[in-house]
Order: sequence, then C-alpha cells, then structure tokens
Amino acid sequence: MIVLLPLAAVVARSTDGGLDGFWRAVSSREAVAALRLTLIVSVAVVAINAVMGTLIAWVLVRDEFPGKRVVSAVIDLPFALPTIVAGVTLLALYGPKSPLGVNIAFTRVGVALALLFVTLPFVVRAVQPVLLALDREMEEAASSLGASPLTTFRRIVLPNLRPAIVAGASLAFARALGEFGSVVLISGNVPFKTEVAAVFIYAQIGNDNVTGAAAVSVVLLALSLLLLASVSRLGKRRHDE
Amino acid sequence: MAIEVRGVSKRFGDFAALSDVSLTIPGGSLTALLGPSGSGKSTLLRVIAGLERPDAGSVSIEGRDVTRAPARQRNVGFVFQHYAAFKHMTVRENVAFGLRVRKRPKAEIAKRVDELLALVHLTGWADRYPSQLSGGQRQRMALARALAVQPSVLLLDEPFGALDARVRAELRDWLRRLHERIHVTTVFVTHDQHEAMEVAEQIAVMREGRIEQVGAPAEVYDRPANEFVMGFVGPVTRLGERALRPHDLRLSREPVKGARQAIVERVVPLGFEVRVELRAEGGEGLSAQLTRSQAAALGVGEGDLVWVRAADEEATRRSGRGSDVSATPQASAASPTRG
Repeated sequence: MIVLLPLAAVVARSTDGGLDGFWRAVSSREAVAALRLTLIVSVAVVAINAVMGTLIAWVLVRDEFPGKRVVSAVIDLPFALPTIVAGVTLLALYGPKSPLGVNIAFTRVGVALALLFVTLPFVVRAVQPVLLALDREMEEAASSLGASPLTTFRRIVLPNLRPAIVAGASLAFARALGEFGSVVLISGNVPFKTEVAAVFIYAQIGNDNVTGAAAVSVVLLALSLLLLASVSRLGKRRHDE
Repeated sequence: MAIEVRGVSKRFGDFAALSDVSLTIPGGSLTALLGPSGSGKSTLLRVIAGLERPDAGSVSIEGRDVTRAPARQRNVGFVFQHYAAFKHMTVRENVAFGLRVRKRPKAEIAKRVDELLALVHLTGWADRYPSQLSGGQRQRMALARALAVQPSVLLLDEPFGALDARVRAELRDWLRRLHERIHVTTVFVTHDQHEAMEVAEQIAVMREGRIEQVGAPAEVYDRPANEFVMGFVGPVTRLGERALRPHDLRLSREPVKGARQAIVERVVPLGFEVRVELRAEGGEGLSAQLTRSQAAALGVGEGDLVWVRAADEEATRRSGRGSDVSATPQASAASPTRG
C-alpha cells in the first residue's frame, strides 16, 4: 500500500487531461529534451561506472596498498552525503569560481559528472562481495590449462561477476534517472540543454503544471519498471544452473 | 626424469613451507606426496605446477627448466581438492576449455571432449552444469579437463579429500586403473597413508617443509628412515625403548625369558584382525594386533596377564610352547594398509 498508492495517484494525475493530455504533456519539446538528456547521460554514466566500479572493486579486493581502508571508506561517501551537499561541493569545485580552473557548470559534462559521483558506489559495492567469494582456484585452473591472464579474466572472472555488475549498474541507472539534488545546482537547468527530467518535473510543479509533472514522472516510472523487469529476466537466464 | 626439483625453498612470511627440497619423479610413474597438514606437500605440488614461485631452487619438467615459466606454459594438468569447476560453463565447456584456449579446430575439440567424457564416465552429463553433479562426478570432470590438453605431468592436490569414504575408495581405484591405461606421469598429494599406499608406486613422505624419505610403499612401511615416517605410514606401539608395528608384537600366556609382563585392558575386534590393548608393568600402554584366529588360539580376555616381546626377538628366545602366538607371519609387505 505504501508503495502502490502513491504510484496509482501519480498515474491518475498524469491522465487528468485524458490520454490526449498525457500525450501532449510528454511530447512537449521541452519534456522530450529533458527525458532524452536524462536517458542518454544516464546510459553513458552507468556504462562508465560499470567499468570503473568493477575496476575499483578489483583493486580493493585483490591489491594491497597503504591507505586501502581509507579508499574503501571514501567509496561510500556519495551514499552518505546528502545529494544537495554533493551538488554544492561539485559547484564549488567545478563551478565559475573553481579552484582547479575547471568550469563545467551549466554544461552536460557537469550533469554527467554529478551523476558519475552519486552512482559510483553501486557497482563497486555490488561486485566487491562477489569478487571476494570468487573461487581463486578457478583462475589457477584456467592458467594451468594455458589461459593468459586476460583470457582468464574474460572467460572465467567476468562471467562470474556479470550478474553483480548488472545488478549494480541497474541500481545506478535507476538512481541516475531520478537524480535531483546533485544535478540541480551544477546543471543550471537550461531547458533543451542541461535540464534533466527530475528538474523538469520540479519546474513544472513550480509552474502549476501538475499534469505535465505527473506525466513525465510516469514515463520515468515506466522506464524504471522496464529496467527492473529486464534485469530480473537477465538474472534468471544467467542462473539456469 | 619427468620432474626434477632441486633445492627448492619457499617461505610464506615467517613460515618456511619448503626448505631445500629436492625430488626426482620418474617419467610415467605414480607418486604420492604424503605428510601431515602444514608439511609443505601442497606447496611443493603448486611449485611444480607454477602456481607458486619458489624463493630458491629450480624445477624442470621433461628436461626443460621451467622455474621462471608461468603455469600456463608448463603443460601440466592440475586437479584441485575442491574441483575448481568453472561454474558458469557446462561439463562439455569445462573439459574443452584448455583446447579452446589453444585454438584447436572445433571438430577436433568435440571429438577429444567426447573421448574424455567417455573415459571419466560422464558422457550423459555433457550439457549439465557443475552444480548439478555430485562431488565424485565433479572431480572426474576436473580430471578430464586436466587431461584434455595432454599434459606432460598430471598433478592432483588432495583430489579425493572432499569426498565421502565410499566415493573416495572408488575414485582411488579408478585413478590407479586410469594411470595404468594412459601412463601420464602423475603426482598426487594426500595426508592419508592408506591412500598413498594403495594408489602410489612411489611415496615421498614430508614433514615441516622437508622430504623425510622417498621409496616404494613397502619400503617406506617396512624400512622407515626414522620414527616420524614409521609413525606416519602405519600404526606404532612402543615396547620399552623400541618403536614397532603392533603386528610385530608377540604375546604369550606363559612367562618367556626377556619378555615383559602386561595386563590386557581391552580386546577390540576389527573384523579380520583383533587389537589387544595392554598395560605393561611400568604403567605404559601398548597395543598388539593379531589375526582373529591367533587371538582365538591365545584366548585372552580383559584382565588377563600376558608376556610381550618383539617378533624379531622370537628366533633367539623361542620358548617352544603351544600357547605362543605370532601376530602376523606375512610381515606386512604384501598388505601394508593395515591399521
């Protein structure tokens, strides 16, 4: 009830103006631009984090280096930090008064950077325990059978990590789709350029266009559900053992 | 010589896993590395396989110095205690892995895999996943996988250690027959002296990172190099200062010159044999092993008084009485697996 009731309310609200109204709201040029930007940036960010997250998990599990525990703790920072604080931090670091001399505020790169930051821990934390539990002898067996380290990683390690990577990446994707706090400041919310879906929804509420906000919300919702369904199907296919 | 290990040492932190170990393994032989846990036997096997790098010494396989070669260039087959099955691959894909890595033609791979699956009796299981197999089947799959690449040596690390007793006995037997058929130089690690005696042609007994003795099973059993080997490869009992096999004790109901007096504490029937636990005058415990008929002839029970001496003193101190019973006249070379 706690989950389904609000969902039903949003769906109901989105069709206040009939299906026609829903379609008009969703297909407005600004809404389409916001959704498209959100989708494209999220896919790119998740792809990067799937690779980087796996790499970081690998280093954290397999390598010994001084300060490993500190690094491990820092990975969780984006989880612990309120997203608006992350937004402020990013703006201070990469905004107009950047101490690094990098000003990417109000650009799509800025949006991507914010999303990269807040979704970083998902893949790392999903892959890490699986990698820890992975039977090292499988890798030794592969190498004694003549496999190079690269082949061993590709044919032995990666297939065993895949479910965890997919799970982590889909959580990261869901998060990126709806991210608001960390993006709202650095993106500048320029319509057609840097305005993401969540910020667009917020703006519509401000403009008293509740139906439009609800309609775009429903699209995001549908995307998330679609993702969940496909991930669970992927999971089933991989676990026919 | 198929495998030549010279002066190999390996430390893990403060722990010396191997100290200056040298070992020669003849081509086509079936050798057991036998020792208690922590004796370095698995480390030695892993050094031969290239899964551990020795701190000192050299390893050569079929005349080629492979000390610096990584595992994948040594052409060894390795079988792990816990199978190390590739969980995400079917049985067929597991067995084919080494051949696919070597980029053999598809038809050749399919043919070879079929042969191997037949060899390990898994023909009907080719499309299953390892999680659908029993432990014994998984280990046979692992063996087929290791043999697929026609290794110059086959190394097995406690291959039957994770299996229950019945399957273990079956697989031991099967391994020995397999070896008779394909004659690949084989080294296996075990802590079970029965297993070593039953399967191997040559046994290397290890302790604390060193090799204590290398020899045929009967040799190691009958002429152990020291007390450790003696104790490890079979049961030992003490008679005064001497350590000897329980079946080398002679019991008599009548006083015998030079024999020690002892009280029977327990008579334990072990099927074909009977173990008689004794307490000597000084309070020390010892145990003798007799066949069932010998025990019946002697007719001892708990609380009886007997005289004990070593079998090899018998000739000189023979009392000549009917009640004198010798434990095992066949002196064990033919059946070293008792105890």
